[in-house]
Amino acid sequence: MRRTLVSALTVFVGLLVWSGSASAFCGFYVGKADTKLFNKASEVVIARHDNKTVITMANDFKGEVKEFAMVVSVPTVLEKEQIHIGDPAVLKHLADYSAPRLVEYFDENPCQVMLYERRSMDALKSLPQAASARPERERALGVTVEAQYTVGEYDILILSAKESAGLETWLSENGYRIPAGASSVLHSYLKQGMKFFVAKVNLGEQAKLSLAHLRPLQLAFESPKFMLPIRLGTVNADGAQELFIYFLTKQGRVETTNYRTVRLPEAQEIPLYVKDTFGDFYRDLFTQQVKRESERGVFMEYAWDMNWCDPCAANPLSAEELRGLGVFWQENIGRTGRGMGQAQNVFLTRLHVRYDAAHFPEDLVFQETSDRATFQARYVLRHPWAGQDECPAATAYRQQLRERYEREAQTLATLTGWNIGDIRRTMNIETASAPIEKQWYQRLWVN
Amino acid sequence: MILDRLKTQLSSLDPRLYQIASLSTLLLYGVVWLHFDVSVLQIALTLGTALLTQYAGTRLLKLSSFDPRSPLISALSLCLLLRTNHLEVAALAACIAIGSKFVIRWKDKHLFNPTNWALVIMLACGFGWISPGQWGQVAWFGFLIVCLGSLVVTRAARADVTLAFLAFYIGLLIMRALWLGDPLTIPLHQIESGALLIFSFFMISDPKTTPDSRMGRVAFALCVALAALYVQFGLFKPNGPLWGLIACAPLVPLIDYLIPGTRYDWSRPSNGHGPAAASNPVLVPLSIHQQRRSL
Repeated sequence: MRRTLVSALTVFVGLLVWSGSASAFCGFYVGKADTKLFNKASEVVIARHDNKTVITMANDFKGEVKEFAMVVSVPTVLEKEQIHIGDPAVLKHLADYSAPRLVEYFDENPCQVMLYERRSMDALKSLPQAASARPERERALGVTVEAQYTVGEYDILILSAKESAGLETWLSENGYRIPAGASSVLHSYLKQGMKFFVAKVNLGEQAKLSLAHLRPLQLAFESPKFMLPIRLGTVNADGAQELFIYFLTKQGRVETTNYRTVRLPEAQEIPLYVKDTFGDFYRDLFTQQVKRESERGVFMEYAWDMNWCDPCAANPLSAEELRGLGVFWQENIGRTGRGMGQAQNVFLTRLHVRYDAAHFPEDLVFQETSDRATFQARYVLRHPWAGQDECPAATAYRQQLRERYEREAQTLATLTGWNIGDIRRTMNIETASAPIEKQWYQRLWVN
Repeated sequence: MILDRLKTQLSSLDPRLYQIASLSTLLLYGVVWLHFDVSVLQIALTLGTALLTQYAGTRLLKLSSFDPRSPLISALSLCLLLRTNHLEVAALAACIAIGSKFVIRWKDKHLFNPTNWALVIMLACGFGWISPGQWGQVAWFGFLIVCLGSLVVTRAARADVTLAFLAFYIGLLIMRALWLGDPLTIPLHQIESGALLIFSFFMISDPKTTPDSRMGRVAFALCVALAALYVQFGLFKPNGPLWGLIACAPLVPLIDYLIPGTRYDWSRPSNGHGPAAASNPVLVPLSIHQQRRSL
């Protein structure tokens, strides 16, 4: 019986997770036989202060739970207490809170404001698990199972290996398949002093807990390395992968030091009909931005102090929830304020990257900056005023409205790469604006 | 013919003019195209403060004349590298950079490169940050060509320290990749940083803060490269070269003592060729920061 091995890894922090169908991971998927599984999108939360790091890896595995296993690379050998199970609901809350959002405004009666509502895009969900392993012959291979723990529904094996060849042999003898090309990456990581662990689903525990989904795995460790290993994840990936990284830091915004960190276009006014297709809009906008950056950019979707939001796609996380995600530096506040205890000194940065081996040869390296400027990927719908009043201002308003529709259509076409003709048709502005189009000289001499 | 004449004319120009032009172009491109997080106000304030500080320093120390070129180069480099949300930090950095030339001195040479010194202080105090990854390939290649072009056009003799540093730094990165079994795309990606180019062509090459002898400068470049790589791969901190240069700067007096050379003199620049260089080997700096003319 072969098991599926997913490897996620974090070098320092490295870990590797993987998932099946439509989700994502920062690891590589070691496919079983012909099963066509590939990583699509993964979510990682990194809470970090003073080299102390807590990583939460969300798992959106959608295959046979028995097939699930994941190889994670970490900077140090972890004790049992350093591995924990997170609450998927908190992660979902974090994703909702920081999601790109759509805002609606309503024009006032020009002869004489408003209301807004928002809607948010979110990220992910997750699913089930499982498999088991057993260590033997390790010594001969130079692979030692340092420790073995059961944490929640996971069985964890901590491996220390000296040779990548030994590690590979061990993995394949234990039923895992390593994709071609992973070997040199493992070799490089081992030389850089990384350790590896394997997480599999303990079927018994999983049944006992009667869980429908695998819960996020959390690791706490201390390391000066502030990076996320993505190289293994690109080895057998079928096309580019998506990765969402949420940083919870004390000082300010986080950015990559070895790739361009780019703000997404924001606060743009777009046609009203996008309200029903916001998901498609955002996906295409993102793809367009990736192209614009020659597929080498890391995109910032959100950067905000955890104390507030405006508009809020979801309420800020409570101190309790943040502690669950690894925010260890504000214990006192968390204990005093109950329930919605407001978080102090927590800055959230949400980065979104689409990566493959060709454009992202090197692991992602980060730095925390002192920048606390807020940013959100926000898109605006403006409802026109539909009143019947007549006054000079109303005439001018109606005139401008047509120009505004055209501007919105252009914006939408630029942002998403959609066909401008289709947009105009959907907006119904072709007929409306065509007769209005005057030549410059007609506008010059109004006759 | 025309080409030769043009070349002669260009090389007779102060190399700092060429540098000011290339840094300004790069800044413009960065702000307009790459959306660098630096406002026009911050740029104006940085340039203004640098010039004022230079003027004040010139007056206070009763130097013969005020020369805006070097402070402009320092200020443009600061605009390209330093990021902050506070205008006063930008002004303070410019003031510290230029002020340090007049204050921190050892045997008539200033010890630290002004831009380097200001950046390190701002980073250490947490007032600002550097975004080394914000350049992208196009800007990086373009700037590389311009920087290399400056070496040819100005025939800058102090290119030795720049070239030595780049050779050591890139060579060691490649050796590390080979040792790890990594593809060479990794070290090539690692050097794709605009900050590294500004550092190599505009900071470490400062004739007043590098050793006087050529052998000394090469040894100095090696020390800086090693320190930079240690910061990057030993301490896992960004901006290795900046910290490396600051850490190694105090070695310059020692290197000058061990391997003496002739002191650089701004008032008598030469391209380092010909007999003049033997009796009075003053070299045209690649980059630079104005020194006190009469000192």
